[in-house]
Order: sequence, then C-alpha cells, then structure tokens
Amino acid sequence: MEDHTFQGFRRANGAVGIRNHVVILPVDDISNAAAESVARIIQGTLALPHAYGRLQFGEDLELFFRTLIGTGANPNVAAAVVIGIEPGWTEQIVNGIAQTGKPVAGFAIERHGDLKTIEAAARKAMELAQWASEQQRETCRLEELYVSTKCGESDTTTGLASCPTVGNVFDWLVERGATTSFGETSELTGGEHLVKQRAATPEAAEAFMRTWTAYDEFIKRHKTNDLSESQPTKGNIRGGLTTIEEKALGNIQKIGKKAKFVGVLKPAEAAPGKGLWFMDTSSAAAEALTLWAASGAALHLFPTGQGNVVGHPILPVIKLSGNPLTCATMSEHIDLDVSGILTGDLTLEAAGAKLRELMVRTANGRLTAAEVLGHREFVPTKLYRSA
Amino acid sequence: MSEFLVHDLKDTVGVAVVDIRAGQTVSGRALDGKEARGVKALENIPLGHKIALRDFQPGDTVIKYGEDIGRVVQPIRAGQHVHVHNLKTKRW
Repeated sequence: MEDHTFQGFRRANGAVGIRNHVVILPVDDISNAAAESVARIIQGTLALPHAYGRLQFGEDLELFFRTLIGTGANPNVAAAVVIGIEPGWTEQIVNGIAQTGKPVAGFAIERHGDLKTIEAAARKAMELAQWASEQQRETCRLEELYVSTKCGESDTTTGLASCPTVGNVFDWLVERGATTSFGETSELTGGEHLVKQRAATPEAAEAFMRTWTAYDEFIKRHKTNDLSESQPTKGNIRGGLTTIEEKALGNIQKIGKKAKFVGVLKPAEAAPGKGLWFMDTSSAAAEALTLWAASGAALHLFPTGQGNVVGHPILPVIKLSGNPLTCATMSEHIDLDVSGILTGDLTLEAAGAKLRELMVRTANGRLTAAEVLGHREFVPTKLYRSA
Repeated sequence: MSEFLVHDLKDTVGVAVVDIRAGQTVSGRALDGKEARGVKALENIPLGHKIALRDFQPGDTVIKYGEDIGRVVQPIRAGQHVHVHNLKTKRW
C-alpha cells in the first residue's frame, strides 16, 4: 500500500512547501553583490542573483515583478530579505511577498552604500534564519503540493517512458485534487490539436489556442531558418528526434491520459485553484523552472532523454530518464531510471508508483540530484529590450 | 524482447530500443504489448532512432503516435533509418 503523506511546511497562507529556504533576493543586477555578501555571512540563507531589474517597462516589467514576488512567496521559502538599488521597486517586491503572511524585509542601497546595506540586511537575515530553523514540519498529503512538469534534452525515450510516467502521476494527482501545471508553449507545436482537446471548457481551449498561436507567430516572425539548429536541439537530434511535431507528441505524454486542463496561466502567474493548468512558458529549462517556482510550484518533475542537468535554487527538480545510455553515463543526474519500460521489464503503472514514492521522499527532505550537485539556475524570462 | 517499439499500431516508423545492425530481422511491439509487424533492417539504427516500417516517397507523411510527424524528402525503403536526412517538419 503506497503511503502518500509526508512531513512538509504549511505556510501562513495555507500553501504547502517541502523546503525551508531563507532567500536573499536582489531586485536588480547591481544588487547581486550585496545579496551574495549577505548569504556568505549568514549561514542558512540563499542568494538568488540574476541579470535583470533595471529600466524594464510594460508587460516585461509586470512579468519581472510577478517573477520576483512569486519566488519570495513560494511555499518552499520560509522568509525573504530583498535588496535593491532604490527603495521604490524594493518596497513593491517586499509588499508583494508580505501578502503571504511570511516574514520579509527590504533594504535599498542608495544613500547607504553596499557595506552599510550588507550589515543591516545581514542582521535581519540572521534573525530570519534562526526563526526559520524553528519552523516545524507537519503531516501533509502529496496532493496538497503544487507540482509542475517540463522535460528537457528529450529524445524518443522520453515519449516512450519518462514522459508517460509523469503523465501517470499527473492523472493520479489531478484525480485527487492537486494543483498541477504544464507549459512549453512552443514545444507543443505539432500536438496543439491534441492539447486543445484536453481543455476542460471551450474557454480554456480557446485561451490555449490564442496563447499557442501568438507564440507560433512570434517564432515565425523571428526565424531565419527552419529552426533545425534550435528546435529540436542538437541533443534531441542525437537522441533520434527529427521534427518539432515528433518532439511535441512526446512532450504531451506528460499530461497523462485523463486530466483536462482548467485554464491558461500567464508566465509566472499563481495558479488560482486546483486542477491541471497550462502556463505560457518558454521551452528553455531554467527559464521555465523559474516561471513555475514563481507561480508557486513546490516540486517539479523533469523527464530527460539525453540528460539535461538543470536545477533551481528553491524548486526541487526530480529527474527521470528512460534512456539506458543516459542512466549509465550520467547517473549522478538521474533520480529515477525508468528504462525498464523500454525493455518491457517495468509497466507504466509500476513506474508511476516508483515516481510517487520518490516524490514522497523528496517532499520529506531527501535532496534531489540537482540539489546535491548545486544546480541553482534562477533565470527570469525577459520579453524584450529595456527602455 | 522486441528490438523496436511503436506508440500506435498505425505508426509507419518504429523506435529502436537496442542498437540494431544492418541485415538483422527485427520485431516490434506496441506499448500496450500488441505485436507490431517485423522488418529487416537495411542500415544500422542506433538505440532511440527510427526504423521505417514501410516504403516512402518524397512528400509522404510519416506517422508516429498515430499522428503526423513530418514529410519525407528522400525515398525511404522499409528497414532504413528515418531521421533529419530524409524527414522534415511541416511547421517551421
């Protein structure tokens, strides 16, 4: 009998997390140095440096704020210290995170300099790290987690084994009332008609087709060839994938056979309710993971064929592969080997049960391969040039 | 054990789940266990790569997952390797 309970962190707003990070969040590129200094001084904190946050405007700025606020608000984060060059945007991000009810404080560098800012922020970070260390885990159910999925460096084995395994788990989770999400808008090209059929309502179907069509038009506007250097990637091609259509049909195995998606999320938008959600994301792994972490996902399932090694600082990523060569040559990156599906030694049902067991262990605190190897890719999506 | 898998019995290509050697007669099955048609490999097909299960002419559509995965651009004989040299996207 499978046990689907685990010890997790139930946050002030009711969201369930599986990690207890105190993050030091820079508002902008030029505040990375101060944020990283604080994280070096205060043990138990984690800086999230990134490349953006200056002179952004319009929809790009809205996405940037959603990404930073959402990251601080994520249930895997116990508390946050925000450091920005100027107080206006710093305060905006602090206020956004504070709505979750978790402790958060902001510091601006202008009129203080790096050194005074680092001292003040470090004192606060120390207080928060000690507070967070006393937060207790309590019994939660797997279906209370918000779980996201995307695959990377896929090949033909992802469509045969690792993506259907995630699909089996997604069907299971959605049936029990979990919140789940898939995306990779461009990588559904060739299977968009099948995704459309999986909408729960005509409105959801229409919203999906609008989002997919806009992305497809964007690609066609900017492409200089048939994208055969980018989509599929060189790794995809080496693994036997030939066209975007073939890649997409493997990709969509992740949403299982039964679950219908209830709506479309903007990039980094929080899921407003239970069920399966489509999020408009890039198909680049680190960008997509960052968008799901900002949306509130607490655990991510990542099928890989040729061996994408990505991780995220606050969103644990469970990697599974059905490619026996990858499982043998890159074993340190693979949390679950499902290559038995190819040889007929492992059924899809059994693979799903193994993945659920690993999800429970990971939720209880077991570190994923990407966490142990120090993969902390935090890559906000930028829509266009700054002003 | 089968040397290749198909997603759907309508598929016109199979995926090698072992390294297939030219000249080998290989058998396949669908993921649900149903037996797919066998074929003699005319080329080496590395694990994960596709083997043609019928002859194709340029302009033909290749079916995998029971769906359209692109158009044939070079004649292909049953048992040959199907990849970027003879199959292209219809999308981009």
